[in-house]
Amino acid sequence: MKQTIRTICATLALATGLSAPAMAQDDTFKIGVITFLSGQAAESFGVPAWNGGQLLIDMLNEGGKLPAPYDKPGFGGMKIEAIVVDEAGGATKQVQEFRNLVQREQVDAVVGYVSSSDCLAVPPVADELKAFTILYDCGTPRVFEDNSFEYVFRTAAHATMDNVGLARYLKSRGFEVDSFAGLNQDYAWGQDSWADFTGAMAQLYSDATVKTALFPKFGAGQYGTEISALLREKPALIHSSNWGGDLQSFLLQATARGLHKRTQLALSAGDHVIPQLQDKMPDGIVLGARGVNGLLAKARGGDLQPLTDTLWDSYMERYGVIPVQAPFRMWQGLLGLKMAVEKAMDDNGGKKPTDEELAAAMKGLSWDAPSGRIEMALGGGHQAIQPTAIGVTKWNNETKMMELVDIEYFDARCVNPPEGMKSQDWLAQGFPGAQCD
Amino acid sequence: MDLFATIFVDGLIYAAWLFIVSVGLTLVFGVLNILNIAHGSLYAIGAYTSASMVGAYFGVGGDAFPWGSYVALIAAAILVALVMGPLLERGLLRFFYGRDEVLNVLVTYAVFLILEDAMKLIWGVNPYYVYEPYTLLGDVELGSLFYVGYDFAVIAIAIVVGLAVWMSLNRTRTGKVVLAVIHDPEMSRTMGVNVPRIYLGAFVAGAFLAALGGAVTAPMISVQPGLGVNVIIVAFAVVIIGGLGSIPGAAIGALMVGISRAASVHLLPEAELFIIYFVMAIVLMFRPEGLFAKTQARKI
Amino acid sequence: MLGMNHLLAVAGTFAVMAAGAVILPDWAMFLIVMALAKGLVCLGIVGMMRGGLVSFGQGLYYCAGAYTATLFANSFGITDIFLLCIVSAVVCLAIGGLFGPLLAGYRGIFFAMLSLALSMVLYGSLSKLSVIGGTDGLNIAAPTFLGWEPEGRALQSGLYLFVSALVVAAGAVMWRYFHSEQGLIALAARDNELRVEYLGASVRKAMTLNYVFGAVLGGLGGTIAALALGHVDPEFAFWTTSGEFVFVAILAGYLSVPAVFVAAIILELVRSFSNLYFPNTWQLALGVFLLAVIVALPGGLGSLVDRRRKREGAQ
Repeated sequence: MKQTIRTICATLALATGLSAPAMAQDDTFKIGVITFLSGQAAESFGVPAWNGGQLLIDMLNEGGKLPAPYDKPGFGGMKIEAIVVDEAGGATKQVQEFRNLVQREQVDAVVGYVSSSDCLAVPPVADELKAFTILYDCGTPRVFEDNSFEYVFRTAAHATMDNVGLARYLKSRGFEVDSFAGLNQDYAWGQDSWADFTGAMAQLYSDATVKTALFPKFGAGQYGTEISALLREKPALIHSSNWGGDLQSFLLQATARGLHKRTQLALSAGDHVIPQLQDKMPDGIVLGARGVNGLLAKARGGDLQPLTDTLWDSYMERYGVIPVQAPFRMWQGLLGLKMAVEKAMDDNGGKKPTDEELAAAMKGLSWDAPSGRIEMALGGGHQAIQPTAIGVTKWNNETKMMELVDIEYFDARCVNPPEGMKSQDWLAQGFPGAQCD
Repeated sequence: MDLFATIFVDGLIYAAWLFIVSVGLTLVFGVLNILNIAHGSLYAIGAYTSASMVGAYFGVGGDAFPWGSYVALIAAAILVALVMGPLLERGLLRFFYGRDEVLNVLVTYAVFLILEDAMKLIWGVNPYYVYEPYTLLGDVELGSLFYVGYDFAVIAIAIVVGLAVWMSLNRTRTGKVVLAVIHDPEMSRTMGVNVPRIYLGAFVAGAFLAALGGAVTAPMISVQPGLGVNVIIVAFAVVIIGGLGSIPGAAIGALMVGISRAASVHLLPEAELFIIYFVMAIVLMFRPEGLFAKTQARKI
Repeated sequence: MLGMNHLLAVAGTFAVMAAGAVILPDWAMFLIVMALAKGLVCLGIVGMMRGGLVSFGQGLYYCAGAYTATLFANSFGITDIFLLCIVSAVVCLAIGGLFGPLLAGYRGIFFAMLSLALSMVLYGSLSKLSVIGGTDGLNIAAPTFLGWEPEGRALQSGLYLFVSALVVAAGAVMWRYFHSEQGLIALAARDNELRVEYLGASVRKAMTLNYVFGAVLGGLGGTIAALALGHVDPEFAFWTTSGEFVFVAILAGYLSVPAVFVAAIILELVRSFSNLYFPNTWQLALGVFLLAVIVALPGGLGSLVDRRRKREGAQ
């Protein structure tokens, strides 16, 4: 037993020895970035997002690289320093890592989370620690619909927008959909997306029947059986919110068996596989990018063109590939953080803002991002809405590039529920308060 | 085509794939008594290597003779087996022979973790594609449905692999020696069998089959990080159902899982996630050691 | 019962651990709470290991305990940590009592795999149940302690002290059980089952008992983890979670109870720091660490203590 006590003492000593916190400095702003660096979401979301983030941080630190109002260096003159942590490993690990970032590494803000379960697990801890946190990517509406948090903000619209946008697009472009089917990954993202899509379709295409709803295992890789089932059912449209390797594998196998020739494919989040698939992606797929991101932003024009081009050109130059949705969302998160920091510093006389001051500044904020005007309009000023767009794939044989054509842009308030209303109720009641020009 | 025929064909295609990815696992367990989690990594390495090699093949003008890409696929699996097999078996696993089975599972789990990141260091996170071999065999029309010719090639490969493994174990001299080692390594050693060489050979064969599974799959998917983890669990289920160490067991296990999964997708899509565990739990309830388990004498 | 020396040792251990509530920084306290919660689960595995069985599915109870506490807390608005622990322990006792006799007939890899299958069935079922959050899981409010509702550092300290006390108590009970006649039967069965049967003892009963202990400990561990994290999701029952428990049990070895918790803390520290310092290769770092431990300490950490004790005994 003496031995035991000695071992425990040693462990405790080790733990305390390691605990010397990094001293907070006033001329740098330290952010903890959490995103997928391994696993399946790394290639589609995590790595492109962090590539975009790193690029933006470098450009901001240098200063003057972005059009106004983002031309001032850093965050309010402070140099930005980032620590990046891998999001793979589940919500349990992320809660622990979050505490470590805040308490051990003493970061000034945390920006992260692609996975919805992480986005649900982290906010209560962020509030407990009073740590300013930005959720930059994840989709589930539950974060601010089921709870409210003081220190947590989501700078991207939740996933209901993606599927409402998709259904509205089909309607406004006159697609005839008398029946449809779904193929979605069997976890919360796929299940929720399918529920949102069927909810929106029930309003816009009330006569359409659901042929089948398939939920292959996440990371299944083999879709032969599902494709047979879809070929047999002959729905007019197939909805899929699949992403990453699952979406790429599904498209490869489906096109080889001619599924796209028999049925209209509609992918609610599919733009990010374009750089990989290129001409292996068939023409005529209805495609969303979870916002006016990637090719949809590039094609938009308007006042935000210089900002979008800055992201587009610098990303192309550094990484040799087009930016898809993930870097756009990282930019809108970091630019929002920059605006909040600078607003807070205007209010407090130029000191480095505290978490409270940051939260006060961020609440209800709106700012321009390459993906459009971001407004913290929901969840008491904690949840963003943003415009979205849907297009159709078309391979350009001359430039050897995939293009999106027949794009339709939707106002943020056309595809997002109004403040104080849950997305599920909004869908069930037929989009009350929607403003679509 | 009527529903049940579709279920059968879909199930058969999936079962063929399952068999290829799990037969190596059961072989390695049968001979070395190690349940190899790193089998999933070898599968993924096989997929990456074949993607790289087929890519390179078309890069140096393979378009003129696209059929050569199939040779590149097989060659990739052989290469992986010859490099990784001895490395893992001689360099690591042999130090754990005779240790607890579950400890050995952990050893291979550690290898799995290491290889997962090692692959990322070698191939990065961006996906690799080698769709050419997938479309080369054209379409097959069955009733109103189109299948890809490649799917049936996979069935053929599975049959060839199964027969080859079974024949070489039961119809050759070396195979009989291997069976003797499986039955009693100590006795075999005293009879002059070079047991370490048999172990090495069996592990290399297992690694080849894992890598072959990856190589065969690579053309129909996007090869990227995280491939191995999904494969290992289904492969486990198949060999447990069939009985660890049994080649016919792996075939029957693959068929059971394949057909029941296809039936579930067509008839009851909600149940797809558990169907594998369901089949596994049912089988183990009635046959605690799997369908074709070898009976073991209890030592007093 | 425990002798005087043992009671002193138990009290001493708790006193040393309690000191941590004052000196440890917040993040370390949280890390240790999580490690000890997982350590409880691993203690159950160690119990089974003494009988020669290793469960690859302790995630089943870890998850069942966590979900029981969360659902109970969310449905009835109960936040008291004592009550939640009791409820989870009872539920897991019932599940363990159901599966225990069934699994007690299995050995070796088949026991491991069947327990794994059971926990994966729970994982699959929970992932499907979107009414209770599906794969996204559920949140659970911070615990209260018999009416005391701390926040911030006090909450962390309270949780830390609670889990320390629970660990010391559970450790003492298990230690006592391991050295009881029933516990020693399991150890003897590890060496030779048939011989034990011939001596008139029931191996099946010993295995069932070990399994049920493991179930209750797993449920307690899961409850603590859920309360500390504030969140549960089906990952609690995923095979990698269970694999981690097995690793801690192997790292600890079956020879010493305290070694289990030390092993759990070491693993948490290694993982936490490798995450931060090698964000791209933390799995590699963890894998190398696992291998190093297995090679360097074939009998687990506990064997160090055991070896030392033997040496001291010889002198």
